Amino acid sequence: MSTAIELRGVEKSFGVTKVIQNINLTIAQGERHALIGPNGAGKSTTFNLISGYMRPTTGSILLRGEEIAGMKPFQINRRRLSRSFQVTNVFANMTVWENLRCAVLWATGHRYAFWKNIDNLPVVRERTAQILEDIHLTSRRDVPAGLLTYAEQRALEIGITIAGGADVILLDEPTAGMSNAETERAVTLIRRLTEGRTLLIVEHDMSVVFGLADRISVLVYGQIIASGTPDEIRGNLKVKEAYLGEEAA
Amino acid sequence: MTDLASSSVAPPRPTLSDRMKFYGIWILTGLVLLVLPKVFSSGGSMTTFSLVGISIIFALSYNILLGQTGMLSFGHAVYYGLGGFLAIHAINIVGFHKWPIPLPLMPLIGGVAGLFFAALIGWVMTQRSGTAFAMISLGLAELVASSALILRSFFGGEAGISANRTKLFKVFGLSFGPQIQIYYLIAAWTLIAIIAMYALTRTPLGRMCNAVRDNPERVQFVGYDPHVVRYIAFCFSGFFAGIAGALAAINFEIANSAYLGAVQSGTVLFAAYIGGIGFFIGPIVGAIFVTVLSLGLSDLTQVWQLYFGLFFIAVVLFAPGGITGLLMMHRPLVRAGMLSRMLPSYAMAALPTLALCVGLMLMIETIVHYTVNPNEDPHIQAFGIPFDAASPITWVTAAVLIVGGFLLARRAWSRVGETWDTTLTAARAKVHAL
Repeated sequence: MSTAIELRGVEKSFGVTKVIQNINLTIAQGERHALIGPNGAGKSTTFNLISGYMRPTTGSILLRGEEIAGMKPFQINRRRLSRSFQVTNVFANMTVWENLRCAVLWATGHRYAFWKNIDNLPVVRERTAQILEDIHLTSRRDVPAGLLTYAEQRALEIGITIAGGADVILLDEPTAGMSNAETERAVTLIRRLTEGRTLLIVEHDMSVVFGLADRISVLVYGQIIASGTPDEIRGNLKVKEAYLGEEAA
Repeated sequence: MTDLASSSVAPPRPTLSDRMKFYGIWILTGLVLLVLPKVFSSGGSMTTFSLVGISIIFALSYNILLGQTGMLSFGHAVYYGLGGFLAIHAINIVGFHKWPIPLPLMPLIGGVAGLFFAALIGWVMTQRSGTAFAMISLGLAELVASSALILRSFFGGEAGISANRTKLFKVFGLSFGPQIQIYYLIAAWTLIAIIAMYALTRTPLGRMCNAVRDNPERVQFVGYDPHVVRYIAFCFSGFFAGIAGALAAINFEIANSAYLGAVQSGTVLFAAYIGGIGFFIGPIVGAIFVTVLSLGLSDLTQVWQLYFGLFFIAVVLFAPGGITGLLMMHRPLVRAGMLSRMLPSYAMAALPTLALCVGLMLMIETIVHYTVNPNEDPHIQAFGIPFDAASPITWVTAAVLIVGGFLLARRAWSRVGETWDTTLTAARAKVHAL
C-alpha cells in the first residue's frame, strides 16, 4: 500500500523548548490512524506541522511522496489534505449553507472568480447539498453558524473539513466536549465520511480511538513511544506505564 | 442529471415572482433617479442629488473593504482623490487635443486610476488585516495628502487643478454645462456602480471576502489565500472609489488636495458605518443620510460637525448595526404583524429622549455663544428655536431637560428593551406556528 503521510525526523522548537522531538511516522493510504497521548504531548502541534499552520524546525513531511514542510496551509489544502480544529473554527456570521459552500468553491475550480454568479454553479450546489445531508444539518441550513448548538458546530466543522473532497483528513479531537450519545453519532459520521480516505485523528476518548483506528501512535513529551494496531498498543507495557495507566489496568 | 435529494436540500431557486421583484427593484430605482429632477427641480436639489450619488458610490466602495472583507481603512480618500485628479487631467488633455472621447467616459479613467494605485499599493497593505492594515492605510493617506501640496505640477498645490467639462467631444448634443445633465450623468454611473458592486457580492470572490472577514485563518484551510482575497477586494474598492472621485471632479470641475484628505476618508467611514456596514444597502442609506445632514445642518447651526460627531458616537454605542441594522431588526415583527405592539413604548421613550436632545442643544449653543462669539447678541437661534443665551432661565431649562430627560429616557429605554424581548419571542412563536 502506498504512503499518504510520512514524517521523517520532524522536530519543532519554540525558543529553547523542544515540543516535538524527532518524530518518524508513516501513515498508509486509506488507513485510519489515531494519535493519542496526554495533554501537552504535542498532538495538536503535530497537526499544525502537517497542515502547514507551523513550519517544522527540522525534518521533512511528505504528502504522497511530495515534500510539504514549509508550504502555506492553502497550498497543502490544494494538495487535498484537509484538517479540522480542536476549537470550533467556522465562519460564524455566515449560514451553514454558506460555510459549506465556501469549503467547496476552490475544489470545484472557481477560485477567485468575480465574473460568475454564485447561485448559478450547479456542481457547487449539488456538492454543498450533499455535504449538508451527510452531516445531518439540513434543517439548520439557513442558520448562522454562530447560533448552532455545540454538537452541531462540531458537525459543521467536520463538514467544512471534508467538503473540498480531500482524501487525507486530519481531525483534531472531533468529539471533545460531547455527551456519550453525541459522541456515538459523531463516530458513526466520521466512519462513514472518511470511508476510503486516509484519516489521522487526535482523540482523548479511548472508546472512540480503539473503535475507529486501524493503527495508533502514542505521543508523550513530543516523542512517539509506540506505534501499532490497537491490540499491540493495548498490550504495550511502555504505553501502559506512560499513559494509559489506570485506564488499561 | 439532477440528484433529487440534493436539490430539495439546497436553498430553493428563486421563483419567477422573486426574480420579477428583484429586477423590479432595480428598474424602480432607475425610474426614481429619472423622475427625481421633475419632482425637485430647484438648482439646489440638483446639486444635493449629485453629491448624494457620488457619496453613495464612494461609501459602497468603502464597504467592500470594511463590511464585506473586514478591513478598516482610514485612507480610502487616496483612491477617490487620485481618480479625481486623473480625471481632471484627462479632461484637460482630451479637450486640448480634441480627441473624440466624451465626458461620460471620464469616470472610467478615474476608476482605472483608482484601480491602478490600489493594485500598486495594495499588495503590501493587504498582507494583514486589522490594526496593521488600519495603520498603514492612515500613514499612506497622510503621505499622499502631503505630497499633494508638494508635487504642484500634478496636484496644483493649494488651488488644485481645474478643468472645463464642456470642451469635450459632444454626444447627442449634450454639453454637460447645466447641472441637470451632470445629475443624469452621475445618476447613470451611480446605478451602474450599485449594480456592479451588488453583483460582486454574489460571486465566489464576494462570498470568500465574507469568509475572510469572519475567519481568515480558516479560509487558508479551504484552499484560499486570504491575502489574495483581500488584495482583489482592495483593487475593486479602489476602482469604484476612483469612479466616485472622477464624478466629483466632473461635478465641481476641479480637483484639489481636499479630495485626498483625512476629512474625506473620515466622512466615508462615517457614512458607511452610520448606514450599517452589515448590509449591502447600509452605505447607500448612510451616504444619503450623511450628505443631506451635512448640507442641512450647516444652515441650522455653526457647530454642525459637533452634532455630527455626537450622532456618530450614539450610533456606535447604541446601534452598531447602523440605521439599516435598526430597521432590519424589526423584520420579524413586521412579518408577524406585531410592529404596532412596539409603538407605544417607542413613543414613551421618544419624548424624554427628545427633551434630552433639546437640553443638550441649548447647552452646546450657549457654550458656543460664550466661547466663540461672546460679544454678539445673546438672542440666538439654533435649529429654528430662538432663545436668550444670557438668560438664567435658559440655563435652568437646559439643566432640567438634560437631567430629567436623561433619567426618564434611561428608564423608558429599558422598558423598550423588555417590551422588545417579549414581543420578539411572541413574534417568533407566531411565525413558527404558521
